Amino acid sequence: MAKSKKKVPGLNSSSMADISFLLLIFFLVTSSMDTDTGLTRRLPPPPQDEQNLQEMEVQRRNLMVVLVNSQNQTMVRDQLGDEWYANITEMVGRGGKVGLKDKVKEFVTNPNNNPNLPELTEQDFGEPIGTVLTTADHVISLQNDATTSYKAYIAVQNELVKAYNELREEAALKYYNKHYADLLPDQQEKINKLYPQRISEAEPKNYGGGN
Amino acid sequence: MPELNTSSMPDMIFAILFFFMVTVTMRSEELQVKFKLPSASEVQKLEKKSLVTYINIGIPVDPRLGTGTQMQLNDKLAGIDAIQDYIAQEKASLNEADQQFMTVSIKADENTRMKYISDVKQALRKAYALKINYSARKAEN
Repeated sequence: MAKSKKKVPGLNSSSMADISFLLLIFFLVTSSMDTDTGLTRRLPPPPQDEQNLQEMEVQRRNLMVVLVNSQNQTMVRDQLGDEWYANITEMVGRGGKVGLKDKVKEFVTNPNNNPNLPELTEQDFGEPIGTVLTTADHVISLQNDATTSYKAYIAVQNELVKAYNELREEAALKYYNKHYADLLPDQQEKINKLYPQRISEAEPKNYGGGN
Repeated sequence: MPELNTSSMPDMIFAILFFFMVTVTMRSEELQVKFKLPSASEVQKLEKKSLVTYINIGIPVDPRLGTGTQMQLNDKLAGIDAIQDYIAQEKASLNEADQQFMTVSIKADENTRMKYISDVKQALRKAYALKINYSARKAEN
């Protein structure tokens, strides 16, 4: 029979490597490995009733207003007084003034129980933090002008986040002897609860206690 | 000198190829607006790309469209009032369990005026897309 004599010719697969290389290069070029980075925020839910805008009641001492105007100048107002930064360099603390970050840190922690800084309340955070005094009701209200540049707005947002991150890092070192980034997720959660980011993007309409 | 056996070469290449095919997402849309993202030092990485919806804000690439700030949703320029529909559509394309984790990433040019951003934010609030991300480049400052 011819069956045993006929040999199936081997498929020439020497170009296979080239073809697969071509495909590989195509995917290399079209792919985007870069991940998006940014500052994450949570917006407040929309007002339920347009007519009856819920006015947020915030005690005067618990409120810090950060205002960025059209010249990208920043004003910080809390019950301690006003601070004025003429430009971004001053705002980050490189212009000889106390930077926004340090003001926010003082505002959030109120270390000396100053009556002009947010109210301290006792709260139990469980082991290993225990019961500590925190300013649970503080609010930082970030407001801007119509012509403020996005760049200045992000620079201010960044300083606010940096203040919180530094506080969290300090707490992590104090309670866990570790950097915040090295903590387990539930430990991070605890620290976050200790210093929750309370940055309001909606303007509180009424500053309780008069102005 | 004995010849090197290269018969397993294609298999190896294929293995790499499959790895890339599985891990990547295709560059999906052509940008029609130019933007230079602002820089910030405290940026976080956005996890779960499939849950992220992008809003691009900048100046149109096509000079005939003027030099005013424009917004691109998907692959066309749109006005602020189109956001709600766009978000609803994007939300519907996710499965129900993931909808609450949807994040909207605002990629805006650093010279955009805040009026525009505020309007976008208000529209997002109305559309119940409350998790937002101000896209920024990582930089030490």
